[in-house]
Amino acid sequence: MSNDTLVRLGGVEKTFRRGSEEIHVLHELSLEIPNGEFLALMGPSGSGKSTLLNLIAGLDKPTRGTIEIGGERIDQMAGRALAGWRARHVGLVFQFYNLLPVLSAEKNVELPLLLTSLSNAERKRHVANALEIVGLSHRAKHTPRTLSGGEQQRVGIARAIVSDSTLVLADEPTGDLDRKTGDGILDLLQALNREHGKTIVMVTHDAHAAKRSNRVLYLLDGQLSTELAA
Amino acid sequence: MLNWISQVVALTGFNLRTIPQRMGSAFASMVGIAGVVAVFVAVLSIGHGISRTMRQTGSADVALVLRAGADSEMTSILVRDDVKLIGEAPGVARADGVALVSPELFVVINLPKRSTGTDANVPFRGVEKPVLGVRSNVKIVDGRMFEWGKNEVIVGRGALIEFTGLERGKTIKIGQNEWTIAGVFESNGGLEESEIWTDAAVLQPAYHRGSSYQAALVRLASAGSYDEFKDALTTDPRLNVKVQRMTEYYAEQSRTLHLLITVLGTLVAGLMGLGALFGALNTMYTAVAGRAREIATLKALGFRSSPVVISIITESLLLATIGGTVGALLAWAAFDGYRAATLNWQSFSQVTFAFDVNTRLLVEGIVCSLLIGVIGGLFPAIRAARLPVSVALREG
Repeated sequence: MSNDTLVRLGGVEKTFRRGSEEIHVLHELSLEIPNGEFLALMGPSGSGKSTLLNLIAGLDKPTRGTIEIGGERIDQMAGRALAGWRARHVGLVFQFYNLLPVLSAEKNVELPLLLTSLSNAERKRHVANALEIVGLSHRAKHTPRTLSGGEQQRVGIARAIVSDSTLVLADEPTGDLDRKTGDGILDLLQALNREHGKTIVMVTHDAHAAKRSNRVLYLLDGQLSTELAA
Repeated sequence: MLNWISQVVALTGFNLRTIPQRMGSAFASMVGIAGVVAVFVAVLSIGHGISRTMRQTGSADVALVLRAGADSEMTSILVRDDVKLIGEAPGVARADGVALVSPELFVVINLPKRSTGTDANVPFRGVEKPVLGVRSNVKIVDGRMFEWGKNEVIVGRGALIEFTGLERGKTIKIGQNEWTIAGVFESNGGLEESEIWTDAAVLQPAYHRGSSYQAALVRLASAGSYDEFKDALTTDPRLNVKVQRMTEYYAEQSRTLHLLITVLGTLVAGLMGLGALFGALNTMYTAVAGRAREIATLKALGFRSSPVVISIITESLLLATIGGTVGALLAWAAFDGYRAATLNWQSFSQVTFAFDVNTRLLVEGIVCSLLIGVIGGLFPAIRAARLPVSVALREG
């Protein structure tokens, strides 16, 4: 195990209960993600990709096993502490952008900063910086409904990086976009990884998207069945 | 703490900005709450109006003397000798050497109500000359005082408004006699305004009452003379009477009616409130369901559950406050000062009164709306707080 490991999962199991039936989504899953890696998680629907991503994000808890991010055992954290940890350390990118429709692009990006002690001026500076990185400074005042899908996803990415979290978790970030627009988003994710040192974990169905990563992991029936170099 | 507050402020701001997107249900909720508060305030203002009428009738330096054991004028009887002894008691105020004692006869007559056309009981009071010295709040506002010894009456302003045929100059037929209306009087909104007055000496033979009265009102030299006066009367072996301050008597008189109206009003408003509560719950459940993904996103970003709860309750409270304030103001605009009559259970006669939508009632109405708002927001807020983030992000 490298000292440079950012994400470390050990013997993780995740079971859901549907009535009397137990559904085992993840089985004895162990994984290490080094700092600065761009990892793609692939697999068919229901294979547990999003579940794994949610566990790494601290949005869900494993049934068994350990999850350590940046040296902290998040599987042992209570909900309140976990919310604070997420705000400080994780940036989330969603397939359907999940922007608040009543807020402008810059206000959406500012959301994670409301959880910090930054002053109004500092928040504005961070937001402007994040929007500049994703190339949307000129659309800062626009609300989501006046932005294209690609632009909305860029706002989503700006929101994920605005608090300077080292770990960006993207769930099907190009899943709702056409190929050309999706490529633009993948370019941006690659730039964040290479130029800004972000560790990125991306769930995708798209092999074309996965090729942009450093490493691709395949999940099948809750297990990391194959590991291929990208 | 500052961070928590800023989360609450931010989330509440987002919630409020989404209201225009669900204006229909928010408006329905506000209208429901406005209706509840309007009914609540309007119904309870009846009780307050009656109480105010009774309060304004009483005066701390006026005592009421009834036969011992009687609980109202209806069941009391005094004879002329009683009245004479009452006037000789210590503590009685005098004007030009005459004791300010007003022996009064009280009968109930039937007159048609303007509102329904049906007959209702109206108090018809026989009084003697000292009455205006004792009931000093009574003023003739139209016409003149009836002439003593004649079949003439004066009518209270409330009676004039509520019953037909009581305009000055008209004649009313009561029993075998006809009575001419000489004037109209007011008593600062007091109970007397529900009544018709005439000379007791004319009323006694008309109702075969001989020389009897039912009560004597006594103006005291001062409010502090009451105990001395009461002790003198209740220890006098020649008298068998009970003495009460006029204020206490009318407070008792209005208690049953006030209680009845308060209970009924609260019951009606409570049932309506239950409906409005479901409306508020529906609005907020809809808001939470429609924004499940947004709420989940905020929680995924690190917003905590308690600010989510508080922000939803705050939104519900705001809608309820707007509805409650509108309802209270509507009740005030529509009913404050509105005159009506109802049966006084103690005298079995109509008491006219004005609805009293006062500040206390308005505040109570708005507090009632806040309660609906808190409960209406609480359960949806708890649902939002318990929303599993990963599920809501996927399904929202």
